[in-house]
Amino acid sequence: MSEPLLDVRDLDVFLPTRSGPVHVLDGVSFSVDAARTTGLIGESGSGKTMAAMAIIGLLPAGAVTRGQLWWRSEDLLAVSSRRRRQVRGREIAMIFQDPLASLNPGQTVGRQVTEIPRRDGMGRAELARTATHLLDRVGIPDPAQRTGNYPHQFSGGQRQRAMTALALAGQPQLILADEPTTALDVTVQARILDLLRHLRDTEHTAMLLVSHDLRVMAHVADDLVVMYAGRVCERGPAQAVLREPRHPYTKALVASVPAVRARTAIADPLPGSPADPAHRPAGCAFHPRCPLAVLRCRVERPTVREVAPGRWTACHLAEADGLPDAAEVRP
Amino acid sequence: MNDAGLTVRGLRVSFGGSRGMFGRGGRPAVAAVAGVDLDVAAGEIVAVVGESGSGKTTVARCVVGLVTPDDGTLSYDDVPLGSTRSRPPAIQRAIQMVFQDPRSSLNPRMTAGAIVREAWQAHPAAAPSGDQDAAVRNLLAEVGLDASVAGRRPSALSGGQCQRVSIARALALRPRLLVCDEAVSALDVSVQAQILRLLSDVRRDHGLSMLFISHDLGVVRQIADRVVVMRSGEVVEQAPAEDLFTRPTHPYTRALLDAALDLEGAAS
Repeated sequence: MSEPLLDVRDLDVFLPTRSGPVHVLDGVSFSVDAARTTGLIGESGSGKTMAAMAIIGLLPAGAVTRGQLWWRSEDLLAVSSRRRRQVRGREIAMIFQDPLASLNPGQTVGRQVTEIPRRDGMGRAELARTATHLLDRVGIPDPAQRTGNYPHQFSGGQRQRAMTALALAGQPQLILADEPTTALDVTVQARILDLLRHLRDTEHTAMLLVSHDLRVMAHVADDLVVMYAGRVCERGPAQAVLREPRHPYTKALVASVPAVRARTAIADPLPGSPADPAHRPAGCAFHPRCPLAVLRCRVERPTVREVAPGRWTACHLAEADGLPDAAEVRP
Repeated sequence: MNDAGLTVRGLRVSFGGSRGMFGRGGRPAVAAVAGVDLDVAAGEIVAVVGESGSGKTTVARCVVGLVTPDDGTLSYDDVPLGSTRSRPPAIQRAIQMVFQDPRSSLNPRMTAGAIVREAWQAHPAAAPSGDQDAAVRNLLAEVGLDASVAGRRPSALSGGQCQRVSIARALALRPRLLVCDEAVSALDVSVQAQILRLLSDVRRDHGLSMLFISHDLGVVRQIADRVVVMRSGEVVEQAPAEDLFTRPTHPYTRALLDAALDLEGAAS
């Protein structure tokens, strides 16, 4: 196996609040391999967006970070702020959920997607060619004409493509995409997901995809990291994790996704709501909602361990061949 | 009275339209809903699906009286709903809405108990004759909330709890039709199933009808009896849910179903 491109090790993030610092990321470890898409999935309060922000270095003011963020051979938490800015946008780029809020409404799309080469001193004629080429790469028809348009002249899906073009302009090795299709209609979403897959296959760009949507993950992610209340509960190859979860939380998430192509009954819901990192339950943070929880889960915090090759889980009860039935655990 | 339920005929709504400055750059009015016929029988759950701009939310807003249609008729059990401003109180009470974002649709300054009680101030005819506090506790219990929630404000509740309070407030008026506009879309998936279960129980226990607006075809397949597909303000297809999902007839319905993602069958 090759070295991972990005290796997140024991990452802790504390955010200041009126009632004191909140430990929003608690010992998070995972890695992103080159030319693969890693999905970071979780519900509200899971810390998935915080993890992406910590990686790109855009945490809110006053946030305190501990741990290591290995970007090839350097720890991004230890480098100078100058080096950090160099990495951001060029080596690691980001695509946000709402492209309308992240694009400048007063500048043409062509100018915005070439911001980085312009700062590098590229000449005017070549900038125009680059802008056209970038829009073409993300599948915008008639790209030469469209470079002169403003964001409001683009549809929602085209704006997300333009954001992706902007991210590609710095020739990044890693793209962080935070809920890139959540605000889009299904038919548009499907095309943007195809584009992201195409970029992985043709440009070998690694991607860290942050989403709450398991269906999106099932279609795009190669590897999956499942987060709950600021901790990792499971990680491994995406299809294996979705087919045979090794954590009861993942299992419940999978069961709660309604199918379109088959008739399914409404799932047996988990009780309660996702845990708030400010009031994280003792032991395993998921235990109050877990159908398998035993005494140990309430008192002992599980470590993330490898139960089968490539399959990591933070469940005390998981074994190499899967999870026990509720009846076995609590007869 | 009969039990024809909701009947919508020839509904038309247009938005915008301006003459423009100095007579230039004016825009014609855009038809958000361009002639929609729709029925929701008593006890039936009818889903309206479509992408943004399809007009599905505008139809819902006409039914609850938040938008005044340009043309068309709306009636419940053959009683005309009347214009938006002069709806008879009994009709207003009979049709209640549950919104997408439970947090922003609840008054942040009021406790959950006060939010439920406020419904009775607006509609004294629906107020319980006896102990209102006990009636509030019963309603909260019915939607799966502990009595202690009555004293808490929306900011101290989770998204799922807020949506339960919205449903309790609607049920306080003993409605006949519940209009749910993306009522589970903003919720975490592990909470979504709780609210779908609750809506399904409420329908069974109260014999309610529901107009269920959603963009999530998976959720619609789980809860709806019949599905109406809208595109650009028009109904392109309507059918019993199983027929629509297994034998869609309109090309647009097929395109929507093809684009929808499932966990199974995903390419690796």
